[in-house]
Amino acid sequence: MFAYTIKRLLTLIPTLLAASVLVFLFVHLIPGDPASILLGDTATPEEVAALTKELGLDKPLIVQYFYWLIQVVQGDFGRSLFFGAPVLSVIANGAQTSILLALMTMVWIVIFGIPIGVLSASYQGRWVDQLTSGGAMLFASVPTFWLGLYLILIFAVWLGWLPSSGFPAIDGVGALGHLRYLLLPSLTLAAPNAALIIRLVRASMLDVSREDHVRTARAKGLHPSRVAIKHIFRNALIAVAAAFGFTFAALVSEAVVTETVFSLPGIGQLVVQSILRRDYPVIQGVILVIVVLYAVVNLLVDLAYARLDPRVSLQ
Amino acid sequence: MPLLEVDNLEIAIAMRGQLLPVVRGISFSVDEGETLGIVGESGCGKSLTSLAIMGLLDGTPVRITGGDIRFEGQDLRQLNRRERRAIMGSRMAMIFQEPMTSLNPVYRIGDQIVENLRQHQKISQKAARARAIELLELVRIPEPQQRVDSYPHQMSGGQRQRVMIAMALSCDPKLLIADEPTTALDVTVQKEVLDLMADLQERMGTAIVLISHDLGVIAETCDKVAVMYRGKIAEAAPTDDLFARLAHPYTRGLLNSIPVVDRDVEWLEAIPGRVPGIDEDIEGCAFHPRCPRAQDICRRNEPKQHRIGNEHTSHCHFAEEAAP
Ligand SMILES: Nc1ncnc2c1ncn2[C@@H]1O[C@H](COP(=O)(O)OP(=O)(O)O)[C@@H](O)[C@H]1O
Ligand SMILES: [Mg+2]
Repeated sequence: MFAYTIKRLLTLIPTLLAASVLVFLFVHLIPGDPASILLGDTATPEEVAALTKELGLDKPLIVQYFYWLIQVVQGDFGRSLFFGAPVLSVIANGAQTSILLALMTMVWIVIFGIPIGVLSASYQGRWVDQLTSGGAMLFASVPTFWLGLYLILIFAVWLGWLPSSGFPAIDGVGALGHLRYLLLPSLTLAAPNAALIIRLVRASMLDVSREDHVRTARAKGLHPSRVAIKHIFRNALIAVAAAFGFTFAALVSEAVVTETVFSLPGIGQLVVQSILRRDYPVIQGVILVIVVLYAVVNLLVDLAYARLDPRVSLQ
Repeated sequence: MPLLEVDNLEIAIAMRGQLLPVVRGISFSVDEGETLGIVGESGCGKSLTSLAIMGLLDGTPVRITGGDIRFEGQDLRQLNRRERRAIMGSRMAMIFQEPMTSLNPVYRIGDQIVENLRQHQKISQKAARARAIELLELVRIPEPQQRVDSYPHQMSGGQRQRVMIAMALSCDPKLLIADEPTTALDVTVQKEVLDLMADLQERMGTAIVLISHDLGVIAETCDKVAVMYRGKIAEAAPTDDLFARLAHPYTRGLLNSIPVVDRDVEWLEAIPGRVPGIDEDIEGCAFHPRCPRAQDICRRNEPKQHRIGNEHTSHCHFAEEAAP
């Protein structure tokens, strides 16, 4: 498994190279140039030209690319055009919020998605199932921004229980209390994904329950709950694990919307604003980080998959 | 008192708001240590009968609609679910037609045997594992010490069926129900598995209900035979008596079709026509549309049971003359 992990990480290198080319090209194709945006409307063409030169943006694209690549390989992602700070520290700042948000969201997805899915499958066709399946269908189709706005309206505006937006910097004091700020955003983000997991757990448990080996398990005289957990749910997990990779991809894109709705200073916001500011180094850095994260999550999913299903061998 | 007594058992399938009868009142009994063969073409209700006896119809659209099943003197239909589960896998066990899919692919075979043992016996994990290895040896799995940790996908179909047998016999059951245990296996492996079952039965004194669509398999291994056609028993007799005097044209048809080795045939070549569907009504004898000897009476009246010998019965109007 160790050798496999190393191999997978090595195959990440060409992926990252390809991604870097695409990202670089894409970013520089966005119309508008950073120098004039940085200097504002009142800048003279001479000032803009001077800043462009200073930022190295007057060189041919390919030169700029290799210049950037060589630095990235050395661990230097450059400086943010907007903040002036190193890109990595700008990203780290936003990552704090985003990672907490992602973890909290994952917790919701697991503690809502899996048990409700199991319940729904166990009571197939009865009212419990109809209620949960209907709810799951609803939440899977509700747009993130819409749900977020309604949660703000209910819990922040009407009831006044929870903050509607923002996230104070973590300074060590009362850091746990800060999680309040993430409650609504994480629930918003979790809802459609938990709904997908509910439907997936339900569907794959129903599939597995029709398999012959489940009949064998029942023929052993096992209690139905043991059959449901050890034989049906356990085997259904194989399909569910695979879905977590997709869930991560969905989370990344929905996080951008959620962070905007709740004004959270996370990675999603950072991407959006950096694009508006034409902050090339930050956009490039963030997207590379997301590509790496995505690859790591998929690697973890594959490792989990192999652990869950002995028929899968890692090669 | 027989070990298992099935009395006028009726089974139906709930379908489109209707109850379609599939098993239409069958009776048989099995004594301790005895082997009963149930034979008939596919679709005649053999599997449903065995699942009903074992108690595996819960959660399917299939219902027992009449009759009794008595096992060790207990009326199984009167037991609650917990009492029923206490019997399943311990005093009564079952093996199935599909060895490739009957084991859980994610657990080691040893653990699957251990699960059955520990469900019914107070036995430590370690002792159960040792017992599992013994059982694998008993069913002639080579190198049981190593194989106990194999996953099902690492074994052949024949080996998996042996594992199923080991698991079924782990708690020393009084009755083993084997629903087409060799149908999915290659011919040579088929014979090995049947020999193994016969051998184990001799050693352990387990009674067996062996279900097959192959009269040849039944003839070799069973003390007595019940021939089923469309949810009824067409002919029943001790094996020797049956072959000494066939008293139902359907049995003769089955016998003529033994040389058909292709296990995928859905119908048997020697009998013209096909098994009627469960939603088809047939007046008179259910077999008459396919019967070479059918007369007017067969089309009109359902045959009653005729007693040919002491334990030999046939449901044919011409039972007395149906012999060769
Ligand atoms: N779960 C089920 N739902 C609907 N029909 C079924 C079901 N199980 C069996 N049947 C039908 O009942 C009849 C008898 O089936 P079965 O007992 O499996 O026959 P056999 O084992 O003799 O081949 C067949 O026609 C089959 O199609
Ligand atoms: Mg069958």
